[in-house]
Amino acid sequence: MLCEECKKRPANVHLTKIIGDQKTEMHLCQQCAAERGELGFLGNVQINFPNILSGFFDLDQDFQVGDSWQKDLDRCPSCDLSYRDFRELGQLGCSHCYETFGQQMEPILRRIHGHTRHTGKVPSKHEGQLKLQRQIEELRSQLKEVISREEYEKAAEIRDKIRDLESQLGGDLSG
Amino acid sequence: MAELTSRWLTEKGPEQEIVLSSRIRLARNLSTLPFPQVADDKQLAEVARKVKEASEVKGSWGRLQFRALSEIDPLEQQLLLAKHLISPQLVQKSANRAVILSDREDISVMVNEEDHLRMQVLLPGLDLEEGWKLIDELDDRLEERLDFAFSQEHGYLTACPTNVGTGIRASVMVHLPALSMVNQVQQLFKGVTQVGLAVRGLYGEGTEASGHIYQLSNQVTLGRTEQEIIENINSVTKQIIQQEQQAREVLSSNAKAQIEDRVYRAYGILTQARLLSTQEAMNLLSDLRLGIGLGLLSEVSLTKLNQLTVLAQPQAVQGIMKQQLPAQQRDYYRAALLRENLKDK
Repeated sequence: MLCEECKKRPANVHLTKIIGDQKTEMHLCQQCAAERGELGFLGNVQINFPNILSGFFDLDQDFQVGDSWQKDLDRCPSCDLSYRDFRELGQLGCSHCYETFGQQMEPILRRIHGHTRHTGKVPSKHEGQLKLQRQIEELRSQLKEVISREEYEKAAEIRDKIRDLESQLGGDLSG
Repeated sequence: MAELTSRWLTEKGPEQEIVLSSRIRLARNLSTLPFPQVADDKQLAEVARKVKEASEVKGSWGRLQFRALSEIDPLEQQLLLAKHLISPQLVQKSANRAVILSDREDISVMVNEEDHLRMQVLLPGLDLEEGWKLIDELDDRLEERLDFAFSQEHGYLTACPTNVGTGIRASVMVHLPALSMVNQVQQLFKGVTQVGLAVRGLYGEGTEASGHIYQLSNQVTLGRTEQEIIENINSVTKQIIQQEQQAREVLSSNAKAQIEDRVYRAYGILTQARLLSTQEAMNLLSDLRLGIGLGLLSEVSLTKLNQLTVLAQPQAVQGIMKQQLPAQQRDYYRAALLRENLKDK
């Protein structure tokens, strides 16, 4: 389907507007939709997800015109997806992409979710890691304390415990 | 009917006179392989193999059955689609795609759709809390055998950033005929979108509302807990139920004869007609469902109505008749199937 406005580019923004009991449908390309300001009415308009996403990218680009070319060429070392591919697909290539494009992702995540940090469920495997990390931190502060009291025997004991936990943590990370 | 034995089609659920079903979906990916859209055939096959192995887990759902999409007849695929057990996106490509189903079809897991795993639980009525318990357990069991992509900062990592974090999409299907009749639906949905929920038609993204059935779901998946997300939909749904009930009371006191006429006409046509299009059937079933909710009809149960709603779909008619049919023949068989099914409670 071609864009109803320019009749040249493919229509990839599909708008359904409902005002009162009047319903209108429009099929536009990205550029024409942006020009008409249609992407701004997200509150009243239903758009498919990938299109909303592309809208976000365009906004993102507008704000940082200077380095957008460079950013486009960044590639994920793990799956070889470029940021440009991501913008076109609306999807990331692998779990490492979140790190690779971390900087570019922040504003996108904020726009979609209003948040950038996960607060929900944690897999029990990672729960274990978190626990170990917290235990190690606690032992470290204990270590400082006993050293300041010059209880070196105790300090050696705690140091061994820390080493033990650290090796467990290392094992967890590689597994 | 042998083809329509899913739990949401055969069991009673809370608030069933207005809420058809509750669904929770979790998106998960294996940490070591690229997401489906980028993965090559070998990698997709590896995902399928690993997930198949892991799917031997047992739990309160009973047994899970792994089925490669390539081994499911296209007509049966259509039926699974109509029963909301798989998505249109999954059936577009069949190589290395699969679906895992529990015996009662309350659990389905799509393999290599947009994410490596899309698990869902589908229950009758408004029952998101029960749904969360079930899917949380399944997620735990699978996680013991699979290494899911997860980061402390972004949570469960998904192909599309709109799903990242919890990876959860909770939704309810609601039937709002009275609010539609008093022209309050659009107003209501404006409020719903303001609290972060999306409204769609019966068959998901981009589909029209049919037979006054709407789907409400959460938009945000990151920065809220699963419980917060579920609670939000739950409380909004309860408010909607209240409003719909109020509208029903207004209608039955102010337009009693008209409503009764509509309901019994619908029943008459559904039990006698020889040709029914999907749209007409959906509208008649909507009137019938309203009639049952108002206590006008005891001949049909609400649970049965969920089955009839699936039966009205083009994919279901072809799936059950086990043949591709032109529209006119579909209408004929649809009418026959609906008549037949309305006979027995």
